[in-house]
Amino acid sequence: MADKKNDIDETSGIETTGHNWDGIKELNNPLPRWWLWCFYLTIIWGVGYTIAYPAWPMITGATSGVLGYSTRAEVAQDIARFDEQNSALETALADADLTTLAENEELHRYAVAGGAAVFRAQCSQCHGSGAAGATGYPNLLDDDWLWGGDIENIAYTIRHGVRNETDFDARWSEMPAFGDILERDEIDGVVQHVLAISGQDHDAELAATGAEVFYDQCSACHAEDGVGNRDLGAPNLTDAIWLYGSDVAALTETVRNARFGIMPPWGERLGEADTKAVAAYVHQLGGGE
Amino acid sequence: MSETPQPLYAPQEPIFPRRVTGFFRTFKWWIMAVTLGIYYLTPWIRWDRGPALPDQAVLVDLANRRFYFFWIEIWPHEFYFVAGLLIMAGLGLFLFTSALGRVWCGYACPQTVWTDLFILVERWIEGDRNARVRLWNAKWDVKKWRLRLTKWIVWLVIAVATGGAWVFYFTDAPTLLRDLLAFEAPIIAYTTIAVLTATTFLFGGFMREQVCIYMCPWPRIQGAMMDDDTLTVGYREWRGEPRGKKHDDTTGDCIDCMACVNVCPMGIDIRDGQQMECITCALCIDACDDIMARIGKDRGLIDYLALADEPRERAGNPPRPIWHHILRTRTVIYTTLWSLIGALLIFALFIRSDIDLTVEPVRNPTFTTLSDGSIRNTYLVRLRNKLGEPREFRISLRSDALLRLELEGSDQRIITVAPDSTTQQRVYVIARPQDPAASIDRTDLRLWVEDVNSDARASRDTSFNGKANP
Ligand code: SF4
Ligand code: SF4
Repeated sequence: MADKKNDIDETSGIETTGHNWDGIKELNNPLPRWWLWCFYLTIIWGVGYTIAYPAWPMITGATSGVLGYSTRAEVAQDIARFDEQNSALETALADADLTTLAENEELHRYAVAGGAAVFRAQCSQCHGSGAAGATGYPNLLDDDWLWGGDIENIAYTIRHGVRNETDFDARWSEMPAFGDILERDEIDGVVQHVLAISGQDHDAELAATGAEVFYDQCSACHAEDGVGNRDLGAPNLTDAIWLYGSDVAALTETVRNARFGIMPPWGERLGEADTKAVAAYVHQLGGGE
Repeated sequence: MSETPQPLYAPQEPIFPRRVTGFFRTFKWWIMAVTLGIYYLTPWIRWDRGPALPDQAVLVDLANRRFYFFWIEIWPHEFYFVAGLLIMAGLGLFLFTSALGRVWCGYACPQTVWTDLFILVERWIEGDRNARVRLWNAKWDVKKWRLRLTKWIVWLVIAVATGGAWVFYFTDAPTLLRDLLAFEAPIIAYTTIAVLTATTFLFGGFMREQVCIYMCPWPRIQGAMMDDDTLTVGYREWRGEPRGKKHDDTTGDCIDCMACVNVCPMGIDIRDGQQMECITCALCIDACDDIMARIGKDRGLIDYLALADEPRERAGNPPRPIWHHILRTRTVIYTTLWSLIGALLIFALFIRSDIDLTVEPVRNPTFTTLSDGSIRNTYLVRLRNKLGEPREFRISLRSDALLRLELEGSDQRIITVAPDSTTQQRVYVIARPQDPAASIDRTDLRLWVEDVNSDARASRDTSFNGKANP
């Protein structure tokens, strides 16, 4: 490498940095002076910035800056601003008559969107993020409802829950465990009868004896023809939808030990507007009546 | 060889471009008039789109996420039009650069156009080159203050108008102007105007050639697109040298009058050869042609030249014709690509329907069993109405299989979409238990929507999921 200070490029007459790559030299062109001033300005700006905004890490946090800026406060402000923007709709929803909600397009859209968000946060753990439910947790998309599928009934179920001990107005019914009441072959008969009325493969002979037992023991709640009774949350046994399964084993288990599905009351936790929002959301999923 | 190292930082050398007239200068005045005209007037052109839509011909409506350009309206999901235009602009620059060097810099770049305008003002107020040099060296007396302040105020007015025109592209111009004058416009409008005013004032008035030499990335990229056939401004050294005032047989055509140096806005001497600073503004060509005419020589001592022609010209042959330099593989490739993308965009613009339909099958869960054993699939259908009035669409289904269509919340098959907006509708397709589609894994189907009042229609293919066979 050539001596840095004395190497002048012939063509341009400019000093080189002394760096040389296979004969290609780097010119040491001077920077413009305004560039230097801009550089100093950025330093001044930087110092000012750390004074104005949170910057220096301290033991328990960072310096807060004289402008008192905080990202958290900004988020809180944003949330407050959205709440404020939505407050008219929110009050309207809390006071709304659910049966006519769909007629108010804007409010309905707001309710469905809000309901969807609440559903994902609070309801999806049991009913699934797509509301398709799971064994023991009802599918909310279909047209089969234990306690009624019009929007008022849906809202009631959400508000008070099912078979919980916290809400006095919760939906309540309890199927007896027939394992203590009926003989084994009677239970088998009832199971075959249920298979028969729901149009599945069954043993006709057993089903015939089961029909009598069903009439005596089950028809009070499930009705003589097995279509159930929504006032009692007694499921329809003649359709294609089964909360706990429709094979012999699952049905035998149900008859012998009974089932006792619980849903907590949401009315107080969600508040009026959100409760209605979830109802509106669930109602428009495809099964609403 | 110097013993003291050269300084690390250099002060800005003042440049006082002289007035010049000629073909290229006239051409550049026209370009300036047209580009500035377009810039200042465009936001004020009106274009009727019906009551629900804005009537500004060119509008970037950020709040509502729409871009209006005369008869074209672009929604956010059609951003590829903007991307396509940007690619075309890029390729266009490549094409021009490879054919004509830094023409963009010399003629069309806002930095050049506004600097030209600022220098024009400077000349009106302070006089031509010699007067300005004198004023520069003069003490700060009343006269100097008066001239300088007048100049700065006029520059400032231009700068405010420049920043001011910019914001009109983003909202209704007449309304904004009224608000601006009444001090009721949004703060962001004033901030934008302030920032653009400052940059215009600074870049056009004081930074000028510094922007091109030190700040702008474009000249660094341009080098990659030029080759020996690129036409750039150059000096016919073999004709001009040895330069001299004597003007007899021992000297070349250059009489060393410094006209080319004095008019150069970049403050360089083109006779030293092609240089990084040269923006090919061609003003030195005009200046030199003028001198050549006066001393009775041919024009073109300084001219648009291709490096490839140099050996021929040195040997006394005429340069090859211009088309020979311009028509070469590189430019042909750029032109082809450019036209291809242009043609594609125009094609896309024409086949674009004014109904936009997306169908999103709900896959969580893939199907729902209904109480009678039917299998139901759900689809989220999104319909965009790009027109200024509400429209009604009839939705229908085509499939080889037996399937039924239903709409959430309605017994009918009609969806109403408000003007200039999007509606989402849950659509159900149902197969009865006894029909094959209910138990087949996958059945193809097509959803059609048609405008009830016109023949506009659109369709999407999707599929129906039955219960997979056990
Ligand atoms: S160098 Fe950059 S700023 Fe200067 S004229 Fe060219 S493109 Fe414009
Ligand atoms: S050398 Fe000539 S073409 Fe280049 S910037 Fe100067 S005047 Fe313009």
